[in-house]
Amino acid sequence: MTAPVADDIDAIYRTESRRIFATLVRLLGDFDLAEEALHDAFRSALEQWPRDGVPANPRAWLVSAGRFKSIDGIRRQARFTAWDDAVEHTAAVADPAPAWDDDTEDLEDDRLRLVFTCCHPALAPDAQVALTLREVCGLATEEIARAFLVPAPTIAQRIVRAKARIRDARIPYQVPLLAELPERLDAVLRVVYLVFNEGYAASSGESVTRADLSVEAIRLGRLLVDLLPDPEALGLLALMLLHDSRRAARTSADGELVLLDAQDRSLWNRAQIGEGAALVERALLSRRFGPYALQAAIAAVHAEAREAAATDWPQIVGLYDVLLRLDPSPVAELNRAAAIAMRDGPATGLALIDALLARGELADYHLAHGARAELCRRLGRIGEARVAYERALSLARQLPERKFLERQLTLLDLK
Amino acid sequence: MKYLCLVHYDEAVIDTMPPDELKALGDESHAYDRELERAGHYIASNALESVKTAKVVQVRGGKRSHVDGPYAEAREQLGGFILIEARDLNAAIQLAGRIPMARYGAIEVRPVETLQRRAA
Repeated sequence: MTAPVADDIDAIYRTESRRIFATLVRLLGDFDLAEEALHDAFRSALEQWPRDGVPANPRAWLVSAGRFKSIDGIRRQARFTAWDDAVEHTAAVADPAPAWDDDTEDLEDDRLRLVFTCCHPALAPDAQVALTLREVCGLATEEIARAFLVPAPTIAQRIVRAKARIRDARIPYQVPLLAELPERLDAVLRVVYLVFNEGYAASSGESVTRADLSVEAIRLGRLLVDLLPDPEALGLLALMLLHDSRRAARTSADGELVLLDAQDRSLWNRAQIGEGAALVERALLSRRFGPYALQAAIAAVHAEAREAAATDWPQIVGLYDVLLRLDPSPVAELNRAAAIAMRDGPATGLALIDALLARGELADYHLAHGARAELCRRLGRIGEARVAYERALSLARQLPERKFLERQLTLLDLK
Repeated sequence: MKYLCLVHYDEAVIDTMPPDELKALGDESHAYDRELERAGHYIASNALESVKTAKVVQVRGGKRSHVDGPYAEAREQLGGFILIEARDLNAAIQLAGRIPMARYGAIEVRPVETLQRRAA
């Protein structure tokens, strides 16, 4: 085989295989058949292209090859399978598949179909995440397991069950109708954001960020924006880009968390900030924006400040006010309280946080106690600060955050 | 990644199977191996002789002992294996599910340890 052709096939696999898979799922009506067909198609390419040359439209060639191999395989298998099964299988393949033509728009629709099917509300949230990462992003079961610190058989089981559920419940392979689109898109955006957060602020483990998951989430976000430029899809991509732009500044050399106000802003990724800010603007101009676009707008205000002291706190408080009207949550309230502490002074912020903690919802949220500790410290109420830092430390599960809190406690002792 | 599919089944089921059914199962198993081979998943496979022919060897405190298979009481025995190459655990599970013997016994899918994992 000539090496350049093998390299071509490699490159096509990387960029096109998930698209081809999505189309094969539609043509064959089954995830597992599509996976085998995809595998067979690339195998045929490795055999034939070095001899016959790379076809003019590799994607169409691979889809056709995968489809043909699959039908051929089912016929061969039929000699051994109970006849009823074989008939059912062959019918399932032959039936919904119209003659395939290379309609690019159709292909993109297939990817969107795949995303919506993987994030279908009939599937458990854990399963939605695992299925999306494996089928849409092409991650291996073992990679997903490593990223979420879950044993591989657990992830494998979630994927097997989810596929069985899709089959048994006959979940249709389609983009939802306009009427149900907002709700269904919401589920998709939630899955993408969950993947991003697990990569950016992993819930446990030794490093603050697991970059691989964030990269996948941003890729998914770009895909959604390309296929369905809804203001909230724009907002979510912007939010992820803006958060991710601070990745290099978020941890110190010895693995400790660095808070926003102490970060070296020269380490921020300016290209990503520019792209994120432009997306926020597009989303806000649509006037149909939601919580993702608003959170992105807040992140953009932070990103625009060349130094922490130059942050436009009144604008941030204003954006939180709108966010809370649109999508009330105790965590957003906590963030608003922290912004008010910056605008009006620590005593005002502390009163808000204490009222929030008294309501109980955030009683076990380490960041709430961390924020309280910080404001107490600034007010010179060292004893209270110590108690709050200790409470935060007892709740924090991430090593860099724990290191940060331990150091804050040591600094208190020096006072 | 490589996965070892360990085929466990109750030997009594195979022993009491009518000859033509047994032959059909043998043909089908052979055909599936060829199918795995055509698709590039196949690395190696073998059926094993009855567990009655097995010996178990141990060395303890420098002394070697060998006894008949101590696991003979278990109903399902290791009766064969197929070593496959698959994209990931789910792809391996899917391929293992189509091993004909899965209808009579159970297939244990074991990831083969890689150097990278051992180093981690």
